[in-house]
Amino acid sequence: MSFNYDQYIRGGKLPHIWCPGCTYGIVFKSLLRAVDFLKIQKDDIALVSGIGCASRLPGYVDWNTLHTTHGRALPFATGLKLSCPDKKVMVISGDGDATAIGGNHFIHACRRNIDITTIVLNNFIYGMTGGQHSPTTPVGHLASTMPYGNVDPNFNIPDLAKGAGASWVGRGTAYHVPALDKLIIEAIQHKGMSVLEIINACPTTYGRRNKFKSATDQLLWMKDNSLPITAFDKLPPEKTAGKFPTGVLFKKEAPEYCDTYYAMVERVRKPKEGRA
Amino acid sequence: MGTLKLLQGNEACAEGALYAGCTFFAGYPITPSTEVAEYLSRRLPLIGGAFIQMEDEIAAMGAVIGASLAGKKSLTATSGPGFSLKQENMGFGMLCEVPCVIVDVMRGGPSTGVPTGPSQSDIMQCKWGTHGDHPVICLTPGYVQEIFSETVRAFNLSERYRTPVIVAFDEIIGHMREKIEIPDKGVLEVENRKRPTCSPAEYKPFDETKGDVPPVADFFSGYRQHITGLNHHSDGFPVNAHPRIHTDEQRLIRKVEGNRKDIIRYETFMLEDAEVAIFAYGVSGRSGKNAVEQARAAGIKAGLFRPLTIWPFPEDEVAALASRVRAIVVPELSLGQIIFEVERCAKGKCRVEGIYRVDGDPITPEQIFDKIKEVK
Ligand SMILES: Cc1ncc(C[n+]2csc(CCOP(=O)(O)OP(=O)(O)O)c2C)c(N)n1
Ligand code: SF4
Repeated sequence: MSFNYDQYIRGGKLPHIWCPGCTYGIVFKSLLRAVDFLKIQKDDIALVSGIGCASRLPGYVDWNTLHTTHGRALPFATGLKLSCPDKKVMVISGDGDATAIGGNHFIHACRRNIDITTIVLNNFIYGMTGGQHSPTTPVGHLASTMPYGNVDPNFNIPDLAKGAGASWVGRGTAYHVPALDKLIIEAIQHKGMSVLEIINACPTTYGRRNKFKSATDQLLWMKDNSLPITAFDKLPPEKTAGKFPTGVLFKKEAPEYCDTYYAMVERVRKPKEGRA
Repeated sequence: MGTLKLLQGNEACAEGALYAGCTFFAGYPITPSTEVAEYLSRRLPLIGGAFIQMEDEIAAMGAVIGASLAGKKSLTATSGPGFSLKQENMGFGMLCEVPCVIVDVMRGGPSTGVPTGPSQSDIMQCKWGTHGDHPVICLTPGYVQEIFSETVRAFNLSERYRTPVIVAFDEIIGHMREKIEIPDKGVLEVENRKRPTCSPAEYKPFDETKGDVPPVADFFSGYRQHITGLNHHSDGFPVNAHPRIHTDEQRLIRKVEGNRKDIIRYETFMLEDAEVAIFAYGVSGRSGKNAVEQARAAGIKAGLFRPLTIWPFPEDEVAALASRVRAIVVPELSLGQIIFEVERCAKGKCRVEGIYRVDGDPITPEQIFDKIKEVK
C-alpha cells in the first residue's frame, strides 16, 4: 500500500517553492514517513526552522510549525522545548543557516544536549540567495561569491556536532532513501541533541556551476562518494580519500538538558528535611 | 497590606515579572541589567518556571519568543549592546504578534560605551531599532516602585495587544535601592492573552475579522498553526506582493496607536498653572521634579510632565502643553533624542530647550533649575 502523504501535507499549500531537481522534496517525504512510523501525533510535534530553501519545509507540514529568523531556529526551539519538555521538538536547517549565521547556537544546543532533533540539509551552498559559498562549499568549487574557486575551509558538520557535545550524530543522503528513513527515525527516538546531516543537491545554484550536468548527476555523486560507516571504518585511508561516511556516526548516553533542569527544580522545591 | 521590601530597581523588575505571572526568562549577562537575571535564576525554579542563560542576546530573544508561543509569559533583560543584538528577533515578535517583555537597562553607548554609567540614549532604538514599520510599546518608569508596577503593566499590555513590550530605564534607577510595597496577589490586575474559542479547524492565528488583536493559540494545544516572519495571510502562511501586507501592517500599528488612551500614562507635577514645563522621564524626571520645587520656591511657575509611556509618544498631551506654556525643557541623558519628538508635537508653539549629558553622571536638579531661569 502506498504511503498517504496527504494526511500530513497542509491542504492548499502546494506547490512548494523548491526548484525542479531540488532534493529537498525527497527529504520531506522521508521525514513524513519517519514521523508516521513513530506514531507521533500531529499536535505533539513542532518543527522549527530558520531561513533558506530548507527552512521553508515546515510550512507544508500539518504540525505546529515555526519559521523563524536566519540561523536562529535552535534558540526558538530551545524556548519551546524547555516550556514543553514532553513534546517532540525538531529543527530543520540549511548548512548556512545551521553552521554559519547559526553556528554559535548550533554548538551551544549540542553542548546542552537538549532533546531537539536537528536535521541539517547540506547542499554545500546558500541556495535561497542564489549560490554564495557556505561553510561547507568544497574548497576550489565555484560559488557566486567565489568566482575563482572557493578558498574558504570547511566545517564537517557531524564532527562539529560531536565535538560540541551532541549525543547522537548521523549522516544520510537524498540518494539513500530507505537508509534515510531509518536514520530520521533513530534521530527522533534518541533522547538528547541529535544532529542528522543530510547531503542534498541544489542543481540550480551549485550543481550548474560545478560541472554537474543534472540533478541526477548530483544524486549519483552521492552514491559513488559515500560509504556506510561500517565499511568506511574498515578501509585504509587511501581507499576512503574523497569519500564520506554515512549512517549513525556517533552516539553516547548523556544527561538531557530539560531533565537536568527540571530535576533541579524538583530538588529546590522540596521542603528541607528536618525543618517544620 | 502587601509586603514591604528594600529592593534595587532591577530586582523590583524581576518581582514585577513574577507578580504578572512570568514563568520563563532567557537572557545573557550584561551590566547594568544582570541583576534581573540573577534574581530570576533564584526565584523561577522555586515556582517551577524556567530560567536559561543563553549563548547570546539573539538566542535569548529567540528563546523568549519560543516560550511565549508555548503559552508562557516570558521575559528577557539586557542593556546597550545586548539590546542592539535583540532587534531582529524583536521584529519577529512584533510581526508575528508574540506577547513578551524586553527590559533594557540603559547604559552609555554606542558600542561598549560606559557599561556602568546611566544613559537614556536607547530611546530611539526602542522605537526604531528593528527594521521595517512596526508597532512599539515602551514604558519608562522612574522609581523602584514604578519599575515593579510598570513591569506588571508591560506584561498586561503585551498580553492585551499581543505584542512585545519594552521597559526601558537607566542604570541609576536599575541599581538604586528604595523601599517598595509588593501588593498582595489580586490587588494589581493581571491579564492573560485572549485564546481562541473556535474549533481548531476554524482557527487562524492572524484573523483580522476577529478584531485588531486576534486570539492566540498555544503551540501543542491542538490548534496547529504556522508562524512565519514572512508577511502572512490571516492563516499564518506567507504572502508576497499583495494588498494584504499593507492592510495587515496598518492593523499592527493601529493595535498600538489606536489604543493610545489605554496605553499612555504619565505623571504631572504642578503643571496646571505652569509657564515652563519640564518633559523628562526616568532618572531625569526625578531631577526634574526637584527642579520644579526649587523653581516654585523661587516664585517661578514651573511644572513637570513625566511620561511613563514613551512609545506611543504622548503626542496630544505634549501638543496641548506646548500651546499653554512658554517653554518646554527636555533634560535627557543623551545628546538629544526624545527632544525631537517634543519639538515635533510642539509644532513651534513654544520654545523647546534641551539639556544633554553623556558623561556618566545624571542631569542635576540645579542644571534644570538654571535652564528654567533662562527660559522663563
Ligand atoms: C540576518 C539575515 N542575513 C541574511 C539573510 C539572507 N539569506 C536568506 S537565506 C540565506 C542562506 C541560506 O542558505 P542555507 O542555510 O544553506 O539554506 P538553503 O537555502 O541552501 O537551503 C541567506 C544568507 C537573511 N534572511 N537574514
Ligand atoms: S535554489 Fe537550490 S536549494 Fe533552493 S530550491 Fe532551488 S535547488 Fe533547492
